Amino acid sequence: MTGFTPTPARPAPANTVGFVGWARENLFATKLDSLLTVLAITLILYVIKVVFGWAVIDASFSGSDRTACLKDVQGACWPFIEAKFGQFIYGRYPDAERWRVDLVFAAGLIGLVPMLMPNVGHKRANMIFLLGFYPVFAFIMLTGGVLGLAAVDTTDWGGLLVTLVVAVTGIVASLPLGILLALGRRSDLPIVRALCIGFIEIFRGVPLITVLFMASVMLPLFLPDGVNFDKLVRCLIGVALFSSAYMAEVVRGGLQAIPKGQYEAAAALGLSYWKTTRLIILPQALKLVIPGIVNTFIGLFKDTTLVLIVGLFDLLGIVQLHFTDASWATPETHITGYVFAGAVFWLFCFAMSRYSIFMENHLSTDRNGS
Amino acid sequence: MLGALLLAMVWLVANVQSNLERQNINSGFGFLSERAGFGINQTLIDYTEDSSFGRVLTVGLLNTLLVSVLGVFFATVLGFSLGVARLSSNWLINKTAMVYVEIFRNVPLLLQIMFWYFGVLRNLPTPRQAVSFGDAIFLSNRGIVVPAIEAGSWAGWYAAALAIGLAAFIWLRRRARLALADGTMMPIWRPLLMVTVASFGVAALLAGVPFSLDVPALKGFNFRGGITVIPEFVALLLALSLYTAAFIAEIVRAGIQSVSKGQREAAAALGLPDKTALRLVVIPQALRVIIPPLTSQYLNLTKNSSLAVAIAYPDIVSVFAGTTLTQVGQAVEIIFITMMIYLSLSLLTSYAMNRYNARIALVG
Repeated sequence: MTGFTPTPARPAPANTVGFVGWARENLFATKLDSLLTVLAITLILYVIKVVFGWAVIDASFSGSDRTACLKDVQGACWPFIEAKFGQFIYGRYPDAERWRVDLVFAAGLIGLVPMLMPNVGHKRANMIFLLGFYPVFAFIMLTGGVLGLAAVDTTDWGGLLVTLVVAVTGIVASLPLGILLALGRRSDLPIVRALCIGFIEIFRGVPLITVLFMASVMLPLFLPDGVNFDKLVRCLIGVALFSSAYMAEVVRGGLQAIPKGQYEAAAALGLSYWKTTRLIILPQALKLVIPGIVNTFIGLFKDTTLVLIVGLFDLLGIVQLHFTDASWATPETHITGYVFAGAVFWLFCFAMSRYSIFMENHLSTDRNGS
Repeated sequence: MLGALLLAMVWLVANVQSNLERQNINSGFGFLSERAGFGINQTLIDYTEDSSFGRVLTVGLLNTLLVSVLGVFFATVLGFSLGVARLSSNWLINKTAMVYVEIFRNVPLLLQIMFWYFGVLRNLPTPRQAVSFGDAIFLSNRGIVVPAIEAGSWAGWYAAALAIGLAAFIWLRRRARLALADGTMMPIWRPLLMVTVASFGVAALLAGVPFSLDVPALKGFNFRGGITVIPEFVALLLALSLYTAAFIAEIVRAGIQSVSKGQREAAAALGLPDKTALRLVVIPQALRVIIPPLTSQYLNLTKNSSLAVAIAYPDIVSVFAGTTLTQVGQAVEIIFITMMIYLSLSLLTSYAMNRYNARIALVG
């Protein structure tokens, strides 16, 4: 009797491995699938041809006025962006003072990046820098008028600067306000609860544009004679109130998810209401709703464009404003400007949404791992 | 605390009164019956420059409702298709839908509206060089002109046929639902199709074809006849539908994914074919997850339609909180009315959707 020699395993059929196998399984599994794949490929090729043709092949890349962008078949007019780039970032902020804006952007990045990376320590010091020192620093640098800095009126601010100022202020103000409103909505005091519910439902029920109209047209009527706010500040208040109502509902979702036992355990330990909220409830609740919070931030960031309707020049507003420049009037100027502004907004929003997914995974492994 | 609140309110009201007096602005709602004196380029009801500001309010509200209802319809159709495409086993379809969603939901809506309006529609050729589809539909920078259907004197027969079809649908659905209680599946769509075709056939025999088409034609510098859809409306509807569809797609995807795999497997074990399992097992459970966030998307779309003001589509914010406000100057009343209208629209929609949600929610 000879020993058992197994037949060597045969290789998998050629059409189930490698690219062919993958394509058979994922692209041509059934007749309908094949049809859809062919249709999708046609569509994608067409879109690529149109977009690539417009943005690269037929586009103009250099020139100093509209003549560069007047060909028979004309694609994107990139020189327009190049010529106006400074305006798109800083608005009418004086050329000589633009380093101050750069400095504020840079300090913001230095504070924000380590804050966003979960593995970097010193979170408390970082937080104090971002929420305590940074706003004062940014305010002094941007408005000037002290420490030998020339004063720059907010009417000269514009472009990405205004977009970021409105968005960051909205984000920073809406989170604490939203938390307070959410707590108020679940309060045992009937008046506090009624006020919070009324505030939240009214602001969630109306469009932001009416809130901004209210801030720019109606607010001056409510103030005593002689007291007047800067237009930018009025818009900031409107945006912050509006987004805090949305934030409140997100936070409420997190508060509702905390089991009753947590409150009872805290009460058994003798913790006061504020201590329970600060040490037990909020850390758990906020962790649960991080995706919702980031979504609200993204919505807020996109909504900053609405300030152009009440006459502030954010990034979209300043792009829109420069369309009226006759030396750049070509049929393609509009689309080029919108594509540029759209790409900038998309980059910010997409980064935020990816970060939210990253944080969600990061936190959820913590929970499952313990 | 209540006292402090009351004091603050008294202080605010006093401020408003002194400010209004100083600026010579009237108060009260009397302005609603005054003559408006400006034209509106899209009116669903009769409106002339001699109409009152109250009429302006109604025209604006109807325009808001028109774009919102159509927007909700298109966004739902596109959003559900994209949501299903996101779950397709076909890699290419799946990724295409993903790219669509990521692009459209991460760009501000206002930018998208302006892109379609200033970038695309206003860049179209003039009516004389209009792009024409079969000499019946024309695309130009004045908007889209389509043929109008004019009803003849016998249109009543067709209305009757439509009513019969609708009644048959309601009866068939009721019968199918009652029959489902003891497990019998009753067909709905095939008998409905037969009834509808038959009743329309009878109507056609009795009445002939009572409709005539009013085909637009170029006269001078613009089109005569047909229905003109203004570019502002097209841009707003397009942007609202495409933007909201991206959000609805994600909601639908999450909803279908929330139905556990075991449910599908159990349906298969019971011998239900794929289509039936989808219709009777997966979709009813997915809807429970989908409906609440879908409601808030519908509300968002309605509220977002107020961005019309940026491209001067005559919605309520544009003609009432915009033009009327600059003419009358009564900011407090006008903003108050506008906000109240949006608030009631929101509450009505969420009431209707909550009713629907309660019907499909888990019992007990």
